Amino acid sequence: MAQITLEVDGRRRTAEAEPDEPLLYVLAGQLGLTGPKFGCGLAQCGSCSVLADGVEIRSCVTPAAAVQGKAITTLEGLPAWYAHERRLAKAPDMHPVQAAMIREQAAQCGYCYNGMIIKAAELLAKSPRPTETEIRTAMNGHICRCGTYPRIIKAIQQEAQAMAGEQA
Amino acid sequence: MSDTAFSLPRRDLLRGGALVVGFALAGPALAQAPGPRAGPPPATPDPAQVDTWLAIHKDNSATLYLGFVELGQGTTTALPQVAAEELDLDLDQFRVAPAETNVTPNQGGTYSSASIARGSPQVRAAAAEARLALLTLAAARLATPMDQLEVSRGVVFVKGDQGRRTVTYGELIGDRRFELKVSGKAPTKSPRAYRLVGSKAERRDLPAKIKGQHPYIQHERLDGMIHARVVRPRGQPAYGAGAKVISVDEGSIAAIPGARVLRRGDFLAVAAEREWDAVKAARQLKVVWDAVPTLPPQTELYDRMRADKTTDTIVLQRGDAAAALSGAAHSVSMTCRGPYQSHATFAPNCALADVRPDSALVICTSQDIYNLRRELGPILGLAEPKIRVQFRDASGTYGHSCYDDVAQAAAIASQLAGRPVRLQFMRSDELGWDTYGPAHLGDVRVAAGPDGKIIGYQYDGWHHNWSQVETSQQLAMGTAPTEWPTFASQTVATGTCGGQYAIPNLKLVNHHVPGQGYLRGAWLRSPLDLSFAFTSEQAIDQLAYKLGRDPYEFRRLNIADERWMGVLDAAAKEAGWTPRPAAARLADANVVTGRGIGLGTHLQSWGGAVAEIEVDKASGRVRIKHLYGAIDAGLVVNPGNVEAQIMGQLVQTASRMLMEEVTFDEHGVTSLDWRGYPVIGFQDCPEVTPVVVQRLDQPSSGAGEEVMAAAAGAIANAFFDATGRRLDQYPLTPDRVKAALASPALV
Repeated sequence: MAQITLEVDGRRRTAEAEPDEPLLYVLAGQLGLTGPKFGCGLAQCGSCSVLADGVEIRSCVTPAAAVQGKAITTLEGLPAWYAHERRLAKAPDMHPVQAAMIREQAAQCGYCYNGMIIKAAELLAKSPRPTETEIRTAMNGHICRCGTYPRIIKAIQQEAQAMAGEQA
Repeated sequence: MSDTAFSLPRRDLLRGGALVVGFALAGPALAQAPGPRAGPPPATPDPAQVDTWLAIHKDNSATLYLGFVELGQGTTTALPQVAAEELDLDLDQFRVAPAETNVTPNQGGTYSSASIARGSPQVRAAAAEARLALLTLAAARLATPMDQLEVSRGVVFVKGDQGRRTVTYGELIGDRRFELKVSGKAPTKSPRAYRLVGSKAERRDLPAKIKGQHPYIQHERLDGMIHARVVRPRGQPAYGAGAKVISVDEGSIAAIPGARVLRRGDFLAVAAEREWDAVKAARQLKVVWDAVPTLPPQTELYDRMRADKTTDTIVLQRGDAAAALSGAAHSVSMTCRGPYQSHATFAPNCALADVRPDSALVICTSQDIYNLRRELGPILGLAEPKIRVQFRDASGTYGHSCYDDVAQAAAIASQLAGRPVRLQFMRSDELGWDTYGPAHLGDVRVAAGPDGKIIGYQYDGWHHNWSQVETSQQLAMGTAPTEWPTFASQTVATGTCGGQYAIPNLKLVNHHVPGQGYLRGAWLRSPLDLSFAFTSEQAIDQLAYKLGRDPYEFRRLNIADERWMGVLDAAAKEAGWTPRPAAARLADANVVTGRGIGLGTHLQSWGGAVAEIEVDKASGRVRIKHLYGAIDAGLVVNPGNVEAQIMGQLVQTASRMLMEEVTFDEHGVTSLDWRGYPVIGFQDCPEVTPVVVQRLDQPSSGAGEEVMAAAAGAIANAFFDATGRRLDQYPLTPDRVKAALASPALV
């Protein structure tokens, strides 16, 4: 067991972790975060997703020790990350895609939405106006057992249009 | 009884912000005297008492106590709508207490889509009784006859008085008990006067869930707890075969700090202070299991079911089906097979338990906490009133997944460890030790006269019943593996097997296969109905084809019930259905398209669906492009919730028809992760169009699973329209599709 230092949602955090201990166990266990969630432990479902330097990773299989020095963004820190990306003076209450998902009443049980939102935020940062095919391709590794995909796609599309409108 | 054993970890409860029902308030009796409850827990709350359901607080807010739990279906929004409607409160004035034995009423388990069907009359009656009592108090306080009073947001006004004389519910009763029976005689509102019921209301739990602030069971913690994992063979053998431990090498986990083995009989778990250590210990523990083949080879499953010593019952008999079938001008017979399918619960089940010598607290996701408490009594050797079971949200599970099994496992582990335990299943535990939706074999024969009227129908169905004993109990205690007695949901269904149509001669026969020697079974969303409709609706469709009739028109000709007609018409209209016989546009192209229609339900309500699909002949890949689904569930309290339910049902039906199948060999289940048990994802998800057929004047019935059968039938029929071939087994994997395409066309 070793002490590690992580940058999580803009804050330096220290934690104890074994060399092979996945980041998820540190985030959910030691740091008490409720965004990233355990779903499979196999990087197959996406419920544990976080951003590492803006890139979506599966925290259930990524050793915590391996992401020292990277900026980790969890769902909790996503509004601030978005504000930084968009050079906004103040972090909003939610990432706009979260607000769109509430408007669409997209979630049912909501358990997979951590990953859905993290992945959608990554997609919109890279590709502000994705087509439906691009959305389906980018999001495909994230499973929703409730079957709410149609509303997630709609929320992302709406948000992309709104963000494009802001820029115009 | 210590207080700690029964007090909720406040940190976790309050973290979410949205679900703030302090435990001090969580109980009608406690509304008077906030604070931890001392002494033995009370008996199960009496559903005949108004106080069991409702508390009105001094600030004019209200708490609703529900035994039904939130699984993502919106019950904790819709039932407060019903209470707020009767009380003339608004939805934002209501909170919902978390379900807990000893605090919330036992409304029966949260299954069979019963939350609104059974729950709304209960809540409506209690709320109406409370309103009558409050208005009686208000009439005295304001010295005005009751019929001169009106209420808005819990403020009682005198009509035409310009708000000079008012009193609030909170002033009248705030945090005191009603001490009143639900007589059932208090006047309820006319549906024509509804402000809230029958209208969409946004889910009140969604913002916290989408912000990641909602505490699911997986975030729950108990002071002083350790983490545990079960250790079982990878993939269950046959129900009743158990899993016999030959030897356990405790030294194999000696290098993991604090890791220990917890064993009772063949129940095996590992525990450690740190969660990751528990995960590793479960992987590393060396156990020799008695590996004997207990299951038939998967390829022989259906032959074995047919050959087994079944218990046969006639579910329904009308007229003389045999005579009508033998003498008919046009007839069709089909045999179809449906697979075992898993709940594939997205979040592996998890539970926490603090079992002490004289009491137990179990925090879990059981959809029937009262039944679980009854099961835990003999397992823990504690009298039922000493066991308190609390529900927490988790992911949806669509029927009886491992939630009771994991709760039993946590309780057994806590008793063995002498400490509070948090036990979570891993993905392979969840998929490998689920209680699956049983496999089904169906024979159907249906016949029509020259006028196109169906005159004879017979359905014979083979399947086993649901398993009654959880794996943890069976392993720990050697409890004999019993099955649920035969009842609706486990038998050939009158609603989906021909009951949609006016058929004078009809016979439904249930062949109950004994459950031991097969996989564990339980209810999976719309139990057996997908298989029933896959078989029966294909036969109805084929009969329409033989008669040269459009499948929609043929169904209309044979429907007598306006509610079946309503959902059929609603789905067809939404899909822009134009009449023509099926398979009239067969093409030589590699990628062909088809459309199909189907009707069906689960026990109650009415479902109709249309499917539009595409078949790639070379790859054998079926793509479902669009599903339209209509449900008539009587009075729909929150049409927004029901639209969401229809959407989810259509997507899940697409998943179950295209790719879901539990695989096994003679030793056990082999589909143990999302590759082995794939479910539909973004790439394959169809477009969906939900249609709610609102009937304000009819009693509410279920809406969480009643369009899946119709959609399953519609998908199969669309395949025929596209290819001229019928399917005899789902899911429609590329191999099965290619085999069907290689068979002679039926056209």
